[in-house]
Amino acid sequence: MPKTFLIDTSRCTACRGCQIACKEWHELPANQTRQRGSHQNPPDLNPNNYKLVRFSEHLDNGVIRWNFFPDQCRHCDVPPCKEMGDVYHEGTIIQDEKTGAVLFTDKTTVFTGEEFEQVREACPYDIPRRDPKTGLLSKCTMCNDRVQKGMLPACVKVCPTGAMNFGERADMLKLAESRLATVKKTWPKAMLADPGDVNVIFLLIDDPENYHTHTVAQAAFGPMTKKQFLATLARPFKAMAKV
Amino acid sequence: MTNHWIDIKNADSILIMGSNAAEHHPISFKWVLEAKDKGATVMHVDPKFSRTSARSDFHVPLRSGTDIAFLGGMIKYILENDAYFKEYVVEYTNASLIVGKDFGFSDGLFTGYDAKTRSYDKSKWGFEMDENGVPKRDKTLKNPRCVFQLMKKHYSRYGIDAVSSTTGVSAENLLKVYKTYAATGKPDKAGTVMYALGWTQHTVGVQNIRSAGIIQLLLGNIGVAGGGINALRGEPNVQGSTDHALLYHIIPGYMAMPHNGWQTYDDYNKANTPVSRDPMSANWWQNKPKYFTSLLKAWYGDSATQENGFCYELLPKVEKGEDYSYMYLFDRMYRNKIRGGIIIGLNPMNSIPNTNKVRKALDNLDWLVASELHHSETTDNWHRPGVDPKKVKTEVFLLPSAHRLEKEGSVTNSGRWLLWHYQVVPPAFEAKPFGDMFVGFMQRLKALYAKEGGTLPEAVLKLDYPDKYDSDELCARINGRFTRDTKVGDKLYKKGQLVPSFAALQADGSTSSLNWLYTGSFTEEDGNKAKRRDTAQTDMQKAIGLYPNWAWCWPVNRRVLYNRASVDLNGKPYNPAKAVIEWKDGKWVGDVPDGGWPPLATGKGKLPFIMTVHGTGQLYGPGRMDGPFSEHYEPVETPVNSNMFSKQLSSPVYKFMSSDMDKLAKPADPNYPIVLTTYNVTEHWCGGGETRNIPNLLEAEPQLYVEMSPELAQEKGIKNGDGVIVESIRGRVEAIAMVTIRMRPLKVHGRIIHEIGMPFCFGWTTPGTGDSTNRLTSWVGDPNTTIPEFKACCVNIRKADKLTELAT
Repeated sequence: MPKTFLIDTSRCTACRGCQIACKEWHELPANQTRQRGSHQNPPDLNPNNYKLVRFSEHLDNGVIRWNFFPDQCRHCDVPPCKEMGDVYHEGTIIQDEKTGAVLFTDKTTVFTGEEFEQVREACPYDIPRRDPKTGLLSKCTMCNDRVQKGMLPACVKVCPTGAMNFGERADMLKLAESRLATVKKTWPKAMLADPGDVNVIFLLIDDPENYHTHTVAQAAFGPMTKKQFLATLARPFKAMAKV
Repeated sequence: MTNHWIDIKNADSILIMGSNAAEHHPISFKWVLEAKDKGATVMHVDPKFSRTSARSDFHVPLRSGTDIAFLGGMIKYILENDAYFKEYVVEYTNASLIVGKDFGFSDGLFTGYDAKTRSYDKSKWGFEMDENGVPKRDKTLKNPRCVFQLMKKHYSRYGIDAVSSTTGVSAENLLKVYKTYAATGKPDKAGTVMYALGWTQHTVGVQNIRSAGIIQLLLGNIGVAGGGINALRGEPNVQGSTDHALLYHIIPGYMAMPHNGWQTYDDYNKANTPVSRDPMSANWWQNKPKYFTSLLKAWYGDSATQENGFCYELLPKVEKGEDYSYMYLFDRMYRNKIRGGIIIGLNPMNSIPNTNKVRKALDNLDWLVASELHHSETTDNWHRPGVDPKKVKTEVFLLPSAHRLEKEGSVTNSGRWLLWHYQVVPPAFEAKPFGDMFVGFMQRLKALYAKEGGTLPEAVLKLDYPDKYDSDELCARINGRFTRDTKVGDKLYKKGQLVPSFAALQADGSTSSLNWLYTGSFTEEDGNKAKRRDTAQTDMQKAIGLYPNWAWCWPVNRRVLYNRASVDLNGKPYNPAKAVIEWKDGKWVGDVPDGGWPPLATGKGKLPFIMTVHGTGQLYGPGRMDGPFSEHYEPVETPVNSNMFSKQLSSPVYKFMSSDMDKLAKPADPNYPIVLTTYNVTEHWCGGGETRNIPNLLEAEPQLYVEMSPELAQEKGIKNGDGVIVESIRGRVEAIAMVTIRMRPLKVHGRIIHEIGMPFCFGWTTPGTGDSTNRLTSWVGDPNTTIPEFKACCVNIRKADKLTELAT
């Protein structure tokens, strides 16, 4: 059984410890950023940021809601990025059987820009990024190196409030259900984001679109069934047919 | 903190006010959320909706500088709705004490005010004493001159309408907070107050906290688990720095700095040792001569003898009544009265108000020694924009400092825990810990005085200063040693052995200690207790998350201060489910009690507030410079020109400067109609001198911004992300507009007042990030502490045509 994250947004204070710890563990260089009128920085995931806390604010009947979304790869059970990747370069994107981690290997440099766009589009959460200089595809690694050695992923290790949780899938699902039941008392809209399909489960307390455009798979249509989700895999083949 | 971090989880109600705990003390929210999980209500009262507000049950915006009005309204609510904990108030606070006839209050002024000196004669505020010199009490609380009745009258003026109009908080929101928090006045409920610089950095800073103290005493929330007045101290070991007297007005262990009015050892002790004739009062500070003498012994070693007043006369003494806080220090520097000095652990060219003046003042030095990890706005002041380095005479010695991960030593956290930090890596290159530098300075000074003599060389030559810096050895000196063979109880301690507890410190020269509060932290029996990492606890301790064997806590490992106020007169806990201590089978169990006397009902007990002269919690506090009760005064720079509560617009005793650069906008100045508040950010540390040099942190918060409401933005034609100019009468600053619904326009005195907020962590040595926000803030201070009013000043804002400070 794979490992699973539970990201409990009802406990996230957006301290960004996870965002920074991720960079530190992976020794990713800093981007030159600028203030654009938001605390969210860098503005998006990029080859140097596998983890990004997204900030989103809105008024809910005159009450301020400020939602924090520590975005990262969901390590899908059946990863569309890998399915798509295999179409072009088999074995460059792999899934660790033991942990369930979906990994972009060093071999992903073989993807062309266009091929990469297909991989990115296959991801329902818009996670994959490509370094334009090296061509390397990148995203969250589940800190697979740490996990293999019995350590927690860096982002989970540093979280001060219990927003980031990690463990056996069965345990995380149990925790998710119990937290959901508690949180629902205060936040009736609370839900788990695509829990059946992914190994990074977000507990949301507001509508998914109030966090981010890719909070859940195809946010515009609400949570997908597994069937719909897998159906997205057909898209690239259609795209290829056109070429 | 009277309590400690873990204890926050025991609260039933949490009032976060004057603090942005989730952002500036992130770990605190581990415990806040645990309390919330168990049903606690978390309230955030603050001008800005922050990450703290996002995780609170609700947020209440208020105008900066109006906390006393807000809290005064709560005191009135508690009193008028009988929400206070009566037994606690009667038995443990000074509610029943009768105040002397000279005390009075009229139209914003207490009796004893002298307009010429802008000060009060505090002798007018004393209590009435009986023939034995014991304060008169009326436990029925009916006497119109008792504290309770005077307090009721004083705060009766804080009605909802006046408070709402002053603070900008709606009546509905006021009542929501008052009602929720006042519910902790029941014996088995606890409420905690978490505050930080949002309360202290005002011209009424001390009285903000006094107001909270009054509320906590009325509700019986001091001494209990989940209660207390909890100052969230700064990450840079602020608690430890204060304990060891990094401030000018105290020496280690919260004793007064000697001044020229106390020329001898006996003068000092006489003036500083409080006397109580009340057999019920422990009056703990009566022991001060023991602590003071032990400190002198630690400073001067064998040279300090009974005959020479333990070398007291060698100590430097300040001028009585003179203020040596940094505002005054830099004012003297500005007026060319200071030639040189050492600046360590602070970046004043960024972090002190009216930075334009501070930067100019520093140019007047002949020499400056600084020790830093990186070049800062202070170390490189003469290179600052607009200044020709050739024209600045200051010779700067920049010593490379070891990073805190490169050295070992102790840190005292907000909960008063002494925690050991181990060295991770040795210092790079020639970097050294401060301890090594200070020992080096002193060795050279001593050698120079020995060789060349000078004025009073003994003051330096006789110091018992170590030859080499050793953090363990320094901790042992702080704990203190016996200077001759001494018996404590049945145990004989040899000369040179460690003193087991401050109860064993003496005024006869037989003991030394660099800080009596820490005596017991390093013992013959257990070694350096800062290194303890044992989670053992009793079931009773487990119920409240108390870990007596983890590290060590001052005083005497007592984790919750004033804990004898958590039990009734028979020593039984008011809240048995979360008992801190309990009198059981003839002894106290649980936490270390505030004194081991039996419960009060035995007739042999002592009142629980042992650090006050009369043993009671001070609803009425006659020791402060600005009055025994708190009173709302407007910030010195204010957008309004009247005070709803009196004719006295601003504090009658606030401190200010009068140089040509110390300009203040007049009340309700149309040129500066907007309130500015300033703050830290999670991602940078204080003035940012360290963290701006950490690329990943700079990536997350790269440039100076100003948070403002969409309404104000529209009024000013500013869009989110635009470059703007913020101006006060003292200076101008460039920033990027962050237009956000998290800032709300407030209805104050019948009209809309806008407030904006800016961090102060950016400076010119990190190009393109912006420069000191404190060029805007004002040099006015609290009369008790001289802390500047960073949290409220008046400004204007406009769209910038061109940016230079933020050019990337």
